[in-house]
Amino acid sequence: MRSYSRRLLASAALAALTLPMAACTSDKPVSSASAAPAGPAAREDKGTGAQSKFFMQADYDAQMAMRRAQPTGPADKPWEQSIDPRPVDTAEYKKAGPYHLCFSNAAVNNPWRQVGWKTMQAEVALHKEITEFTALDAEGKDDKQISDIAELQGKGCDALIVSPNTTATLTPAVAGACPKVPVIVFDRGVQTDCPVTFIKPIGGYAFGAEAAEFLVGKVRAGGKILALRILPGVDVLETRWSAAKVAFDQSDLEVVGVEFTDGDAAKTKSIVSDYIQRYGKIDGVWMDAGATAVAAVEAFEDAGRPVPPISGEDQQDFLRKWSDAKLTAIAPTYPTYQWRTPIIAALKILKGEQVPKVWNLPQPAITQENLATYLKPGMPPLHYALCGCEDLPGYPAKWGGSS
Amino acid sequence: MRRALPIFVVLAGLLVAIAVVNPYFLEPPAFLAFVKRAAPLVILAAGQYFVIVSGEFDLSVGSLVTAEVVIAARLIDGSAEATWPVLALLIVIGPLTGLVNGIVTTLLRVPSFITTLGMLLILSGAVFLWTGGAPRGALSPEFRELGRGSLGPVPWSVLILVAVAAAAIWAMRASFGHTLIAAGDNDRAAALSGVRVARVRTAAFMISGLSAAVAAILLGGFAGVSAQVGQGLEFQAITAVVLGGVALGGGRGSVVAAMAGAFTLEALFTLLNLYGISGALEPAVQGVIIIAAVALGAVNLPRRKAAAVS
Repeated sequence: MRSYSRRLLASAALAALTLPMAACTSDKPVSSASAAPAGPAAREDKGTGAQSKFFMQADYDAQMAMRRAQPTGPADKPWEQSIDPRPVDTAEYKKAGPYHLCFSNAAVNNPWRQVGWKTMQAEVALHKEITEFTALDAEGKDDKQISDIAELQGKGCDALIVSPNTTATLTPAVAGACPKVPVIVFDRGVQTDCPVTFIKPIGGYAFGAEAAEFLVGKVRAGGKILALRILPGVDVLETRWSAAKVAFDQSDLEVVGVEFTDGDAAKTKSIVSDYIQRYGKIDGVWMDAGATAVAAVEAFEDAGRPVPPISGEDQQDFLRKWSDAKLTAIAPTYPTYQWRTPIIAALKILKGEQVPKVWNLPQPAITQENLATYLKPGMPPLHYALCGCEDLPGYPAKWGGSS
Repeated sequence: MRRALPIFVVLAGLLVAIAVVNPYFLEPPAFLAFVKRAAPLVILAAGQYFVIVSGEFDLSVGSLVTAEVVIAARLIDGSAEATWPVLALLIVIGPLTGLVNGIVTTLLRVPSFITTLGMLLILSGAVFLWTGGAPRGALSPEFRELGRGSLGPVPWSVLILVAVAAAAIWAMRASFGHTLIAAGDNDRAAALSGVRVARVRTAAFMISGLSAAVAAILLGGFAGVSAQVGQGLEFQAITAVVLGGVALGGGRGSVVAAMAGAFTLEALFTLLNLYGISGALEPAVQGVIIIAAVALGAVNLPRRKAAAVS
């Protein structure tokens, strides 16, 4: 559930006045600078607020170590690489082909998942031994995904791939499927280690730290940073911000605002315009996801100000803007090529080959040096550059591009 | 005009408060930027006013805005030549949606609350089905010029807003406006005195649809393609109209005040942001201020005389 504070207000005010319509509410943590705790700690406060309850020091440390680790596997196929793999034996699942793979998908409700889903289907088409591929879309609903997983168990799947909608709620469903069929979980996790393998990029801390460290390096001491987040309460997004908070707290930058944009371009643009007016100058913009990065950039352009160093994501529209407007930018990624890996993992498992228990994929960042490689002129604005799909049949047309 | 006074007092107060924190705000570029940002909501509020004053509601405008932006992006797909035909198409789709709303409400006698709620769901469902949650295509720079660019120092949105406001004021001063208010005040009395209530109300829905189309063109231009662009706008527009002292249920209030209500809402958002009020406190403070503003408007409004309509 998203938090639309202003719209919520409008609907709440209206509901109170006239309409018996339920307004959509959500828990909004007290997060901004004004809510920072007082006392001795406040002296060191860089305007980043209290640390998120999702912050886990051990996970943070592990991800920071993985950012510097050398992945094993073919360098030109990052979706087959893994960092610090601890292999598990899969001989018990070995069986002769052809195979029937099943996939319970959380949703295809945003461009990131759209690109990933197309990539996964193309990967399936590469393998002749997969004669059947059954996929069910849970449309972002936990209850539908629970029944999808149950339904797939009755379809004679040789392996079950799950991209969970939410972590805790889907855990029992995945745990229930484990004894019957080899399960592969990817993208978001579950709270059980019964799946044969769990596939993910390094994680949210790595994403957030990458963007924050870039700004710390590029913005002059004492510079004003505006942090733009999509919405509170989602673990992968909370960890992005909590890692950035750690980096900003250790820096000499001042975080003048931490605002939620709801992922809405118009709201993003208004927030950024207001901050430009209020502080005269914003020296850096940190974002927990880059979908609205172009709107943030346009706010500076429309105000007639130079665009400060900014972090985005590997979406084509941002990369194009970066290149055209010669921005000082970085694009940490959460690569969509991870959608290829579950299919590869399933085949390895069914052939009795070892796979990593936790398959940590490399999570590169797009920098000025490699920007040209990832900027693909014919691809649509919402395409994600790290799809790892360029060598797949049907590229680029299947991904909405033209060659 | 006396009825519209409270909202102007509130608006002026908010603008002064903003100027205290940010003196730059009163300089023409910053103020024009504020008007430009407010323009889509003000235009939507003007359209919503026509429906509300005629005694109905239009809850479908937010999802209509989203649908229009998503359609525009898909059809234009970045090409300059497609811009004008698609703009024309958008201008047609808006009133057509309003026509359907109006016909279902007046001829099939479905309460407008239900009709337009249904339309909201139909449109947002259709957009989701068509895009899978991820809009495709791109708006051309020519299309975006209307929401982003300016003619000399004055943004196009501001010019369009002025034109819309003039048209709305003219429409309310013409006989159409009088029949609209009569229909909203007491539709039976209006019908008996020769007003074609169904026709007038349908026209109001079409105006609301048209205003949503114009708002969509400005919003798409301002911020680019998004599947969330219109979310919640219907409530903001209705809140703006209420803030302007327009009676829900119809028959009372001015379109100028409704548009001032939209400016007030936008000024309130700006002010809260400038004061750095965010997190849990933001909605609470906004709610208190809005209820106070509406209460102030209600106190100053003369009570409706029971004998006025007999």
